[in-house]
Amino acid sequence: MMSSSNPNRLNASVRSGRIDRTRVVNCTVDGTTVQGRPGDTLASALLASGTIEVGSSVHRGRPRGILTADCTEPNALVQRLDGCPEPMLAATEIELYEGLEARTLSGVGWLSGERDTARYDKKFVHSDVVVVGAGPAGMAASLAAARSGARVILIDQHRELGGMLLDGQSHISGHPATEWVGRAARELAENQNVRVLTRSAVLGCYDHNYLLVAERRTDHLPTSSGAATRQRLWHVRTGQLVLATGAHERPLVFADNDRPGVMLASAVRSYLNRHAVLPGRNAVVFTTSDSAYTTALDLLSSGARVPAIVDTRPDPPARLVEQARAAGAQVYPGAAVVATEGAPRISAVRIRGLDTGGALNGSPVDVSCDLLAVCGGWNPAVQLFAQSGGTVRWDPVVAGFVPLNTGGRSTRVVGAARGTYDLAGCLAQGFAAGAEAATVAGFRIAPPPVPQVDGDRPGARPRPVWAVPDESRPPEACTDHFVDLQRDATVADIHAATETGMRSVQHVKRYTTISTGVEQGKNSGVNAIGVLAETLAANSPGEVGTTTFRPPYTPVPIALFAGRTHGSLYDPVRTTPMHSRHEQAGAVFEDVGQWKRPRYYPRSGEDMHSAVLRECAAARTGVAIQDVSTLGRIEVVGSDAPTFLDRVYTNGFANLPVGRARYGMMCGADGMVLDDGVSMRLAEDRYLMSTTTGGAAKVLDWLEEWLQTEWPELDVYCTSVTEQWAAVAVVGPDSRTVVGRLAPDLDVSAESFGFMRFRETVLGNGTPARVARVSFSGELAFEINVAGWYGRALWDAAMAAGADLDITPYGTETMHVLRAEKGFVIVGQDTDGTVTPLDLGMDWAVSRRKDFIGKRSLSRPEMLREDRKQLVGLLPVDTDTLLPEGAHLVEPDASRRPPVPMLGHVTSSYHSAALGRTFALGLVSRGQERVGEVLRSPVDGSDIEVEITTPVLYDPEGVRRDGPAQG
Amino acid sequence: MLLIRCPWCGDRDEVEFRYGGQADVAYPTDPHELDDAEWGNFLFVRANPMGALTERWVHTAGCRRWFSVVRDTATNEMTPDIPRRRESR
Repeated sequence: MMSSSNPNRLNASVRSGRIDRTRVVNCTVDGTTVQGRPGDTLASALLASGTIEVGSSVHRGRPRGILTADCTEPNALVQRLDGCPEPMLAATEIELYEGLEARTLSGVGWLSGERDTARYDKKFVHSDVVVVGAGPAGMAASLAAARSGARVILIDQHRELGGMLLDGQSHISGHPATEWVGRAARELAENQNVRVLTRSAVLGCYDHNYLLVAERRTDHLPTSSGAATRQRLWHVRTGQLVLATGAHERPLVFADNDRPGVMLASAVRSYLNRHAVLPGRNAVVFTTSDSAYTTALDLLSSGARVPAIVDTRPDPPARLVEQARAAGAQVYPGAAVVATEGAPRISAVRIRGLDTGGALNGSPVDVSCDLLAVCGGWNPAVQLFAQSGGTVRWDPVVAGFVPLNTGGRSTRVVGAARGTYDLAGCLAQGFAAGAEAATVAGFRIAPPPVPQVDGDRPGARPRPVWAVPDESRPPEACTDHFVDLQRDATVADIHAATETGMRSVQHVKRYTTISTGVEQGKNSGVNAIGVLAETLAANSPGEVGTTTFRPPYTPVPIALFAGRTHGSLYDPVRTTPMHSRHEQAGAVFEDVGQWKRPRYYPRSGEDMHSAVLRECAAARTGVAIQDVSTLGRIEVVGSDAPTFLDRVYTNGFANLPVGRARYGMMCGADGMVLDDGVSMRLAEDRYLMSTTTGGAAKVLDWLEEWLQTEWPELDVYCTSVTEQWAAVAVVGPDSRTVVGRLAPDLDVSAESFGFMRFRETVLGNGTPARVARVSFSGELAFEINVAGWYGRALWDAAMAAGADLDITPYGTETMHVLRAEKGFVIVGQDTDGTVTPLDLGMDWAVSRRKDFIGKRSLSRPEMLREDRKQLVGLLPVDTDTLLPEGAHLVEPDASRRPPVPMLGHVTSSYHSAALGRTFALGLVSRGQERVGEVLRSPVDGSDIEVEITTPVLYDPEGVRRDGPAQG
Repeated sequence: MLLIRCPWCGDRDEVEFRYGGQADVAYPTDPHELDDAEWGNFLFVRANPMGALTERWVHTAGCRRWFSVVRDTATNEMTPDIPRRRESR
């Protein structure tokens, strides 16, 4: 008795199926309600309702139907509409839930454009043995390994363990195999060392047994079912790996093989036994091997007719032929289906003889049917094995690509994944591999005895047929012999590829697009290789070889990889102790590495341009303050610290007296500028080095590398102390007044506190501080350093001390303008790894007396070229025009037709309050010779005329450094 | 994701390390004694075998120590750097 909404649902007395018949699940497909049962997939519910046809094909609009029952599906791809819409999901993989809404697709889905509010997370785990695949081989391996006490993870794509055992009628130890599955599942669940991940796909198998696993946690539940994590990405490192990934059935290639109603024989069997769904009542079976006979017998025992079993082999095993005939099926040995009819669902097939050379013979037989179950052979699922570095070979006996070595030092392949298709063999290999893997992992155990299995005999050799000849057309005209259904690619397309001269399977794949769809070749790949081998007259598909197997094994949302690493959690955020004060002052922040630095502090109505002009003016005419806590700080300590710094800096540091500071520049061995900063000598054997904000980690690595690998004899220790300090720069003619108020015990006069000196003192608020006279603006300036936790108190004290002088906080943008006006470079902005200190005109910082890292490179011929790019100042002739950073500079009379010789480019560009105009810095070939020349910068179709100057545009005499005369 | 054995910290994921290229390319005692071609070779020329390569790694996100390992560039199999090769100098 079949229900009206599920006309193809088999009565429980015929097939119980693994569905819950007491409940109904309603979903909507293309606007029509479809009813199913818990345990159905969307595909099985459609089939139960009598629908086999899905969206038409992507390019040719041909009608298509459900082909498979697994992740190899090329046709039944749908857009999920409920929840966050998701494209190109296989209906064969979607578990039915109440409220599911889907639309069938013609090869193209869409992204919703909405924010995906689902939660995705990650877990990182270690295990001794991971088993991938929970069919008989994988379950056996897990049982054996788990009994040893090893930590075992068993991973399977489906909701239930058991694999192909759930699709069939096998018996183990005299009982239905599903009972064995149930007992094994319970044993694994009760073992605390075992983790079973169902609904989980191993996406990738990487070096040193690192696996990425996508676990679908809520996709089988109604969308409104709560805030649980939708999917979880498991990062698994395992000692031993057992791959029991099974095999995928291949379709067959013949004329009009894409008609709805053509279905893989194994899928027919799966729908019958797992879902109690009869996909057709009058089924022809077309096979190249033994396995489809079981499908025929299952169809017959479900009440379907099987008018014909078409076997490419001239002499199929007699016992199978007898069984089939006894059950009512006629067997056509040495034959093939050469054509189908239907409008659109299949209504008849044409059968002809196939001689041993592969040519058609005999007269055609037309047989009517509503289902054609096809079996082109089986492909061991070697994807993960190949990803892990394994090599595959063509095995003519099983007619598939199999692992070359199945027992590596830490990876074992068992069962159908290595071409073993009998149940006893799968169990034996699984038990053995599980016990071996556990033993190698340090948990010695012997494999359990293999239980008795009935009705299971080794298969006879298959006879693969890559493309059944057409009745009238030559192969190059076989435009309806489909190899890749999702891509609408045919035998004719492969011929077209070889006609252009292509021989490599990699080229043919890309030319034809075969195997580039969501199934990624699981369905189409080996058939394409077979057709290509025949086209090229190769001896076997092995001669052609496979394309590269790459992760992910199945499609996966990008959101899963992002996990929670987006928005504010995208990257760690580093803030200084004064951060809350910047927020209160309304600062606009910019990211410098992971640091949040104030970029500027707009007052009401101000944009960045006017705020920066105001802040610059304050620094040049009054007093301004910047948080410089983010600068990298490294303490370099030890009796050889002076020697070491002399080697890493281009200028000398051994001769720096205690109590003084010096600007230093460091280069790579290639002579290119690496970083710069001011270092203070705190004691004979102790320096405090400062680095750029973004370069701190890199510089520490650099110092360690030289100390450990080249000069281990040096007594030097480097410690990052960046976060131990908070610092402010107090800048401007009035800074002396402010610092004098802040540090009443300190004599801040120019005479007793000279430039590049530092003093230890206690501030008026009781905070110990180190005050240095350093300047990155050319103005009189002090840098006040305190222990990190006094940072906010320092900021507050400085703001109070300068309140009557209108002390102005300034950000990185103003800092950039001030330093550029003085021609001070920022490493990484004005340099790019191709710039030497000499290119920057900083000969004064390059010692002639001593050696340093990179010095030898400065005399390489390339470095001595006269046309090297050199740092220059750039003044747009129109004083209001701002050059874009990155703009190129060319000769004024250069042709406008490419290629135009580029003389250089703009590295920094600003409006200057002090100069009352725009200006820039840049790197220009022979720049130092060109001072006074006018070059052209083509920007957005028009030209900007630019005068070359020396880089120091403001206060070139340096008179402002010591501030106004006191008195 | 390689699993790299730091001699000080044990087996750790590759993300904790930084690669340091071919090992045993010593900084010349006096770079200024080298002619331009020799110095260029030191700076830029490294072995690129398919097979065993002795290379340097630093455990940046751990103990910050540099060490050498032998890695098969075809299989990524890694073994500790053993001093045997130093005899062939």
